[in-house]
Formats: sequence, C-alpha cells, structure tokens
Amino acid sequence: MSVRARPVGGKLLTTSVQIMLAVLGFATIAAVARFLKGLGATTAMNDGFPWGIWIAFDVVVGTALASGGYAMALLVYVLNKGRYHPLVRPALVTSFLGYSMAGIAIVFDLGRFWNLWRVPLFFWEWNGTSILLEVALCMIVYTLVLAVEISPAFLERWSADGHGARAALARAWLPRLERALPFLVALGLVLPTMHQSSLGALLLVAQTKVHPLWHTGLLPLLFLLTAFAMGYAVIFFEAIFSAHAFGRPLETRLLARLGAFVAGIIVVFLAVRFSGLFAADRLGLTVRAGGYAFFFWAETLLLAASAFLFLQQGVRASAAAQLQAALLALAGGTLYRVDAFLTAYRPGQGWVYFPSFFEILITLGIVATETVAYVYLVRRYPVLAGVTGTETETKPVPAAAVGQGVAS
Amino acid sequence: MDISRRTALKTFVAAGAAAAGVPEAAAARVGSGPSPDDHALLVDAVRCVGCRACVTRCREANGKAADVQVVDGAAYDAPLDLNARTLTVVKRFDDGHEAGFVKAQCMHCVHPACASVCMLGALHKGAHGVVEYDASKCVGCRYCQVACPFNVPKFEWAKAAPRIVKCELCRHRTAEGKIPACAEVCPRDAVTFGARGALLAEARRRLEARPEAYQPAIYGETDGGGTNVLYLSPVPFATLGLPALGTEPAPALAETIQHGIYQGFVAPVALLGALSLVTWRNRKAVGQAPGEEERR
Repeated sequence: MSVRARPVGGKLLTTSVQIMLAVLGFATIAAVARFLKGLGATTAMNDGFPWGIWIAFDVVVGTALASGGYAMALLVYVLNKGRYHPLVRPALVTSFLGYSMAGIAIVFDLGRFWNLWRVPLFFWEWNGTSILLEVALCMIVYTLVLAVEISPAFLERWSADGHGARAALARAWLPRLERALPFLVALGLVLPTMHQSSLGALLLVAQTKVHPLWHTGLLPLLFLLTAFAMGYAVIFFEAIFSAHAFGRPLETRLLARLGAFVAGIIVVFLAVRFSGLFAADRLGLTVRAGGYAFFFWAETLLLAASAFLFLQQGVRASAAAQLQAALLALAGGTLYRVDAFLTAYRPGQGWVYFPSFFEILITLGIVATETVAYVYLVRRYPVLAGVTGTETETKPVPAAAVGQGVAS
Repeated sequence: MDISRRTALKTFVAAGAAAAGVPEAAAARVGSGPSPDDHALLVDAVRCVGCRACVTRCREANGKAADVQVVDGAAYDAPLDLNARTLTVVKRFDDGHEAGFVKAQCMHCVHPACASVCMLGALHKGAHGVVEYDASKCVGCRYCQVACPFNVPKFEWAKAAPRIVKCELCRHRTAEGKIPACAEVCPRDAVTFGARGALLAEARRRLEARPEAYQPAIYGETDGGGTNVLYLSPVPFATLGLPALGTEPAPALAETIQHGIYQGFVAPVALLGALSLVTWRNRKAVGQAPGEEERR
C-alpha cells in the first residue's frame, strides 16, 4: 500500500452532508438571533454560570478532540515512531478544523466580541497574570501553525496540477516548508502543551466554586493528560471511520501498538488524580459526595474501561474493540472536562444552568461545519494515506461519514 | 451620647474626601499588601436597619434604572441580589438567634481575582485601591465572574452590547471630592467611607466598646488577602454570605502555579529548543513506509 496521501475523491453532496448543511442553516439563524438580541435572550447562561457549553464543550472539549495532531506529532517526530506517519496529516487536518471552530465558538460566546482583535495585537495591555490570555494567544498562534502544517496538502495538489502560477508557488514553497518542519513541529508541540494544561489552570482561581473532587493544583497536569488521551483516541476513531467511509484499509495492527500507549496515559491520569485526592485527604468524598461522586466515578470507570480494552489489544487486535476503547476514552475525557467546567461548578445562591435550544443548535452547527469541511478536504485534497480512490472516481459514500463530525 | 464617636466619623469622612481630592497615578498594585491609605468602606451589620436608602442613592449616583418587580399589582424596586442594574443591595439575614440586614457590593479586594484573570486589564486596581472597570478593554469573556469568590461582577445579559457592571466605589464622585453615595446617605453610619487604616481602627473601637454585640473579627482585614470593604457582624460572617477564604488572596494558587511553570518563559523556550533539536534529528525517519524499521 502507498504511504503517500491522496484525495479520496467522490461525490460531495451526499445525504449526510446535506443533513449537516441543513443543521448549519438553522444554526446560522440562531447565530443571527444571538448577535441581534444578545446572550441573555438566546442562552441559558447567567451571572452564576457565566460559561456554558460554548466554552465547556466547543472550546474545552473541542480542542481536546482536536489534539490528535498534537498527540501524533509527539509520537512520530519526537518518540520517532515513523510507522505512524500516515496518521499524521489527517490528524493535523482535524486539529486545524477543531481549533478553527473553537475560535468561532469563542466569538459567539464573547459579549464584546468586537474588541477581540485587540487581544493579540495590544501587547502593551497584556495582563501577565491572566491564564485566559495565555490560552487565547496560544490557541491563535497554534491555529496558524496548524494551517502551515497542513498547507502541503494544498500545495501538493496545486503542484500536481502541473502548470500556472499556483503550481510554481507550490513548487517554491514545498521544499521551504520541508526545511522549516522540525521547528514548526516543535512549535506545534509546545503551544498545545501550554494551552491544554492552562485550560485546566483556568479553574484554579475558582477555588470556592469548583467541587473539591475536581479542584486541585494538579488541574493543569490532568487536563494535559486528558488532551493526550482524547487526542490519541480520536486517531482511532478517525482511522476506523475513514476506513469505513472512504474505503481506506484498516490499520488494526498498527493501532494495536498505539493502544498500549493510550492505556498508559490513562493509567497515569488516574494515578495522578487519585494520589492528588489522597494527598489532600479527599478520597472520602468519592463515596460521600452524592451526585458529584457519581460523576467522578462515571469519569473514572469510563477511562479505566478504555485503558483495559486498549491493553487487551496487545493480546488480540480487533478493530471493533479499538473503536469501543476509543469511544470510552473520548466519553471519559469529555465528561471529565465538562464536569470540571459545569457539573462540578457550584456558584451557590441557587444558580442553575442547562444549555438553551439556541446554544445547542449553534454547537451542532459548529460540529456540522467541521464535518462538512473535513469531508470536503479529504475528498478533494491529499490528506488520507493508503486510500485507493482518486479524484476522478465517483463512488457512493456510506452514511457512516456522519460519524466524522464527532471525530473532529 | 457618644459625641466623640460622631466626631471621629466626621473626621473619617473628611479625611476620605480629602484623600479623594488628591490625584494619584493609577498604579498596578497587584502583589503588594493592603495600603492604610486606600479608599475603603466599613459596613456594620449591627447598625444597619435595612432602610435601603443606599440602594436607591446608589442607583441615582450611578445612573442605573430601578429594578422593578410587580407583586400583586404593586411595583417595587426590590432586587434580590446584585445584578446588571444593581451595584449594591441590602439583604436580610437570620441565623435563628440574630436577624438583621446587611449591604453587599464589590469588596474591592487588595489582590482582586477579577483583575488577576482579566486579559487586557479591563478590570484593574486603580487609584486608591479601587477595582475599576474600563469597557474599552473588555471582550466580555466573563472570566471575572468565574474568578470572583463574592460573585460580584455582573454582566448585562439583556443587551446586545453588554458591559460588566460592579461598584467602583463612586470613583466619579470621589474624584470631585465627594464620598460614595451609599456612605453619604446612610442614616445610621452603618456604611462609612474613609481610609482603610482609619476604618480598621474604628472597627476595632466598636468591637471593644460593645463586644457582646459583635462577632470578634473584622471581615476583610485579612480574609482573601484583605479587602478594602470591611464588615462587622452580629452573626458568623458566613451567615451574611461572606465566604471563608483564609488569608491567601483568591488568585494566589493560580498565580503561584502558573508563574512556577512560566517563570521568565524559560521552560517553554527550553522545551521548544529541545523539541526542535529532537525533531530535526528524527526528520529522516519520518515518511518511512509502515513496516520499515525505525532507527531506534
């Protein structure tokens, strides 16, 4: 099989893509309402819960799901596992889409979004103690780094066109990008290390509000570990679903070895979390804290089950078990992050929050946009390696392509 | 009666007004301790009778519309809590033994969490230790609301162009030599404006004079790293809705951990250098077909 990435080809406007475009249409109406009417009229957020699912899910979970590029770059370029190289480019594409969409979600969420452009530019106003500023700047730069990292997919296609200014441009820039790659990759590793850990650090200040089962000085480390676990899990999800949707060969054996690595990360996460609770003398809360204890154990058991299944891959590799393990890790990591920001957040004074219809619709619109963009990119540009299809082929696409949305 | 106390209070007010008139460069004070010269309020829950004159006068002084609730056909300006139109509110407390009223507003922390987390410093320590808001630097991220342990900053949810709203200790009035509206109107001296050091002395004097009436502590003297709004109470402070914060400033943990990691930006730069080197060394191995042997 070929290692070179090739466009998958095929029809773009499949039924699943049409459904997602419809979702996007409805979400656009909701978005117009949000900007005309303000956040109070369209969301369930309030002075007690100033952050809702646009932050907790679209940004905090969304960028963890978009950590595949980060996780794979670490594996391939630093740990020198060249055999995983075919998985890098699709991972970078989903990462780029995930971060771009998180950026768009932030614009919906910000009350005074028109001031956002000042944040990266007005460096003399930067507040050095603001963890959110660090997260914002890191994410902006990282999205640009990802754009450069995936640009060869476009340049290769232009170069392959063979003539014209675009082809000349592509041929001039491809070798330059090649040379800059080590530095770009390193930058693409440092930036997520910073902001994925800082997403957890955002909650450090809310000591009186975040439940003690979640609030710990280890939050930055725990968030970094979930970014890795979820980033790798997304690779499984993506590899298996693109095999199904785009007729790509399954890489069950290759992924089985990666599974042991993911299991290791999850075990470290659980060990850090439990030793933190032990050190703070809070282990008792895991049985006494009622509903909070339930969510704590739900996270713990989902992740532990995922690690168990991943470890079994060392004995007998199976794509179905890998998918299950990946989904468990994604569910556990997502629950942990949403819980830390919403479920375990207790502002007091009777404040409650459950996302409004508009909030959910806009979140779905963001997921749909991401999915459509992914389908377009893999069908038209050389992203996936090992595919047999070419641009000229037009083959029917199974509805399973819908699943890509969750993966990105 | 206690003429001396009256005189003392008048002196604080005069001193506060004098201090207000002195222009002082807005200095970033995050990190330094409490200053005895900072503008401060002393709120005395033993004296407050719940007349809510402060709430009304605060609205007038800050141009906020009444928060009208209609109950059984009658309209009341009766906010239940601080909100986007209400910078100060009077609440009832009752712990079974003692009942009374207490005023809530921004605590003007010595080391405010809201200012610590604010990206461009829209919320910041201004002159006289007042925590000020500058909407031109605000993106509306609402991290201040997450960070504030007192749930003070409020957001104008109903507006398409919202701002953060909170008490700024009537800095527009103190700049003209006046004192904050709430302290000016209070008929019981339950809210007193003055310099922090002088108000602490006054609070101690009240505790000594009537120890049976008060809890033996001044909330805000050291709580949460110190606040410029100080409270005296007949009931435990938690009953007033004031959280137990310890003596560490609320943002201390986050700042300590984050500064530990990013001290001088050495760690990220070192990591970038090390990773660049490793990826440069490994660049040949990348692009190998699966199944080919790795170099190590």
